[in-house]
Amino acid sequence: MSSTQTVRRPSGGAAVHTVTAIELMGLTKSFGNVHAVRGIDLTVAPGEVVALLGPNGAGKTTTIDLLLGLARPDAGEVRVHGLDPTTAVRQGLISAVMQTGGLLKDLTVKETLQLTASLFAGTRPVDEVLTRAGISDIGDRRVGKCSGGQQQRLRFAMALLPDPELLILDEPTTGMDVTGRRDFWNAIHEDAARGRTVVFATHYLEEADAYADRIVLVSHGKVVADGTASEVKSLVSGRTIRATLSDADPVVVQQLRDMDTAESVELRGDTLLVTSTDSDAVARHLLTTTDARDLEITTRGLEDAFISLTSDGAES
Amino acid sequence: MTTTTQTTSTTTEATGRRVPPMGGLNATLLKLEVRRLLRNRRTLIFAVIMPVAFFFLFGTGQSYSNEDAGHGNVAAFIMISMALYGAMLSTTSAGAMVSVERNQGWSRQLRLTPLTSAAYITVKVIVAMLLGAVSVAVTYGAGAVGGAHADALVWVETGLAVWFGSLVFAAFGVFMGYLLPSENVMQILGPVLALFAFLGGLFVPLDQLGHVFQEVAKVTPMYGLNQLVHAPLTGDAPGWGAVVNVAVWLAIFVGGAVWRFGRDTARV
Repeated sequence: MSSTQTVRRPSGGAAVHTVTAIELMGLTKSFGNVHAVRGIDLTVAPGEVVALLGPNGAGKTTTIDLLLGLARPDAGEVRVHGLDPTTAVRQGLISAVMQTGGLLKDLTVKETLQLTASLFAGTRPVDEVLTRAGISDIGDRRVGKCSGGQQQRLRFAMALLPDPELLILDEPTTGMDVTGRRDFWNAIHEDAARGRTVVFATHYLEEADAYADRIVLVSHGKVVADGTASEVKSLVSGRTIRATLSDADPVVVQQLRDMDTAESVELRGDTLLVTSTDSDAVARHLLTTTDARDLEITTRGLEDAFISLTSDGAES
Repeated sequence: MTTTTQTTSTTTEATGRRVPPMGGLNATLLKLEVRRLLRNRRTLIFAVIMPVAFFFLFGTGQSYSNEDAGHGNVAAFIMISMALYGAMLSTTSAGAMVSVERNQGWSRQLRLTPLTSAAYITVKVIVAMLLGAVSVAVTYGAGAVGGAHADALVWVETGLAVWFGSLVFAAFGVFMGYLLPSENVMQILGPVLALFAFLGGLFVPLDQLGHVFQEVAKVTPMYGLNQLVHAPLTGDAPGWGAVVNVAVWLAIFVGGAVWRFGRDTARV
């Protein structure tokens, strides 16, 4: 019985746990003249929590549809744990919480979960997902009588049923109030802490900032930035330096403008505003060669990054 | 990684996860689909109340009710007609539920599960046929207490013929469910079915209508089926025209359903 070691593992099985969760390669998708996705490459490792951030119409939902096999790319390839999306869906490897719809009003919450569970080869118990989504108290309620937030939690519970490796959320908190949004994200976060890969699309900056390990900024069908929240922020040329400068000499302003790293120099009354990728050099210059005082240096926010990266070069 | 326990289960898939048999078709799904149908009050009206009410209205207590109609009386003839009408309403409305499900995004949601498209349609047709069977059984029950008389074998033969024939309209319902994007698809189909029933001769014998009407009626979807299901009672062999009529309409509705269904599920 010494030769059985290699037999049990299916071919390629050794690679299962090192394989990437998501691989998108050169993805493009157009609807008529609308180029929704224009060449997206993205690799997500197992266990990552990734925000797909972008303004409306950036191509987030189309990317998610391609990822789930709900749409077919014009070019490029989608791999989910090394499989094509449809196979991954059938095996319960990937599941999703969609934005709207997808529920039958004439079933109860619990019946919806029982029905969904019956379609998979193996699932978590219905009562368990009800609890984890925080809706065990409304199991007998008709779906049509549930609030938007409750319906969204039901979608989340449905997505948990196959115990997927990968959970996709498409703008999951649209239309929720602040409390509902926070509760929903707490449930997701608790779940992600167990090691599940989570990819969510959002146009709320604070959601991306607060809940994602990694932000993929999408604009006009392309990835324009990819990294941690602070990395993405830093892509937008550094910091803002603010100082009080009485009787400002035009020469000082010109000197600052001549610095390579200065992006903009503005004088409003006594207040000087400089944005620069090298704030140290600007500060040193101001403090050593001018009368500048009350110097303040601030990092530009994710919002600046968002606006700057998603509006610049829109037509390129 | 916390997922290693799952990969020890035996399958041929590289991920160690399984795909359900029969495309996801299962008893729980059928049970819940039937429950949904029974929650719909309109279903009850179509499947039970209308055929039974029409039978008592036209089939019993009339001067002609007990006249001879071959191997039974006229009441039995009308009972069969009304059972066919009820089965047509039932199977069409059940099949047309796909329209509501597309409207609510449920069809799309199902594509995020292992349920195959073929299994989904199979469920729709099974549920439609179950409701059709209820409709036939209830109408025949009404016939039994309402003065319909026929040979025992005629009851069985005509009952099965009505039920089996209503498959044509299950296909029609699914076809319309995919064709019409309306949530109230039965509000459109109700009058259409009434017209089919009228032209098929379910309410009024066709020979009481004008010549043009009779000619038009021969090419409508209920015409052939109506003749076939009454044949065991009347003893008149149905003409080939009736058989061709049923075959052609079945082909049109199934073909139409397959065509629209393919358009709907094609990944764009």
